[in-house]
Amino acid sequence: MSTLLPETSSESDLQNKDNQPRGQAPCEVSSDPSCDLDFSRRTFVKAAGILSAGVASGLPRVAAAEKARVAAATAPQTISLSLKINGKQRALTVDTRTTLLDALREYLNLTGSKKGCDHGQCGACTVLIDGRRVNSCLTLAAVAQGAEITTIEGLAHGDQLHPVQEAFLEHDGFQCGYCTPGQICSAVALLEEHRRGDLSQVSFQTGQTTSPQLSDNEIRERMSGNICRCAAYPNIVAAVRAAAQGARS
Amino acid sequence: MNPFHYQRAAAPEEAIRAVSATRGAKFLGGGTNLVDLMKYNVEHPTALVDVNHLGFTQVTVAPDGTTTIGAGVRNSDLANHQLIRTTYPLLSQALLSGASAQLRNMATTGGNLLQRTRCYYFNDTAYTECNKRTPGSGCAALQGFNRIHAILGASESCIATNPSDMSVALAALNATIHVQGVKGQRSIALRDFHLLPGTTPNIETTLKPDELIISVELPPSKFVKHSYYLKVRDRQSYAFALVSVAAGLELDGTTVRSAALALGGVAPKPWRSAEAEQALIDAPATADTFRKAADLAVAGAKPQRYNAFKVELAKTSIVRALTLAAQGVQA
Repeated sequence: MSTLLPETSSESDLQNKDNQPRGQAPCEVSSDPSCDLDFSRRTFVKAAGILSAGVASGLPRVAAAEKARVAAATAPQTISLSLKINGKQRALTVDTRTTLLDALREYLNLTGSKKGCDHGQCGACTVLIDGRRVNSCLTLAAVAQGAEITTIEGLAHGDQLHPVQEAFLEHDGFQCGYCTPGQICSAVALLEEHRRGDLSQVSFQTGQTTSPQLSDNEIRERMSGNICRCAAYPNIVAAVRAAAQGARS
Repeated sequence: MNPFHYQRAAAPEEAIRAVSATRGAKFLGGGTNLVDLMKYNVEHPTALVDVNHLGFTQVTVAPDGTTTIGAGVRNSDLANHQLIRTTYPLLSQALLSGASAQLRNMATTGGNLLQRTRCYYFNDTAYTECNKRTPGSGCAALQGFNRIHAILGASESCIATNPSDMSVALAALNATIHVQGVKGQRSIALRDFHLLPGTTPNIETTLKPDELIISVELPPSKFVKHSYYLKVRDRQSYAFALVSVAAGLELDGTTVRSAALALGGVAPKPWRSAEAEQALIDAPATADTFRKAADLAVAGAKPQRYNAFKVELAKTSIVRALTLAAQGVQA
């Protein structure tokens, strides 16, 4: 690791994410320093074996039972879900660990939502849940059951693009395009938040705490959850500004 | 991420029973911090009990002005609630200073109170030394790049800071946390809720593992006209505080009648300085008074190798926040 860590954790995370140990978790209780468990089906089977061996050989039952309990509690878990996405009910069975983003991309063939940081720091995965913008990478698919999910694929009506999509095209609000689905979903929600009079920290700084004007500074602040590594920000701001003006007229 | 059992609870009693019955189980609110830490293998609950459907989503006010915020109220909804905007603008401002619009839409009031530190070494399991993760293992941050770490309230065991903006405002506003456990309900003053690390930095709050935060109560606000939340960070938005200041003043002409001053980004918990507040009370609301209070607020600071700048930054930020509060910038 370099001596100068970036202050914004997004960069350090991007650098470090491939160094994370996989399939391992440190123990909750540290009295046993060698207690890293490989949580897998194999461990479960092994631990179950230990339990029966423990009973047979007269080893302390409590310790053996505890090991089996820990292993059983960490065996693979699946869940059957019905998610309403872009107006359609979609049934799927997934590992409980599956995020909404992975459910969309890996199981439902909706690859418009993008995986950038996978840690809620870049906004590429932004979707709307009940009309509110959220990071789908930090939303478990199971948690989204029962809600109305709208992805970038659900914004257009047939060939008729959403006004925010039109504005991004008109103002060239992208370069590589990877962050664009998240930017657009975010901007769609932004317009609704602004319409109903939501404030931002800029509203307090400028003293406009009642129905603030959507200035460029307001747009920048309200879009700060969406990072663009190509730095197409001037055009993104222009696109959002234009979409806001279109929405008013 | 380790496998876990998922369960959606329909009532608080059901959620509390489920978490109490399963060792290693946790409540799941917005998930913005917990799910993230599970991906890093820092958190590894055996079961998640989803508390997003318990109905704790109201903000209510009693005739005497006491305001109660349901634990499930999302940060964005709380910040933009008409009652909070007009009566506790300090809280709105602090909430809107934190995270992004997406995360504020997810994060809950109860969850924000339990937000864990953003110490690099806590979040990165490549470092085995972390007394928060593994008690007794040491603290990598002590010898590490400790620019973002604490200057107040830390210990030899841990120098991590509490990252919440909301909690800093709640500290200044004298909030009380209502929690429910298997044995019933109890209340905890916010100032007693978060713990200093001492030799047990793994224990961060007085909340027991199977206790559920139900609501946050705010006494009638004295700082409606004069408050300010100042957040100083390396970029203007969507970053954690190097220093933040929640300042509330009650003025009689130009004399301070009562004051609240809480700091974020500098300590393991929202940091209130009784000495600084005492120096403000009955004093004229002038730069001299504010400077005196600022000196007192950081008098006990013990900076680390890379964060000595925070002492001066905290002082100038306190003076600025108090000045803006006195001006009534957001009135």
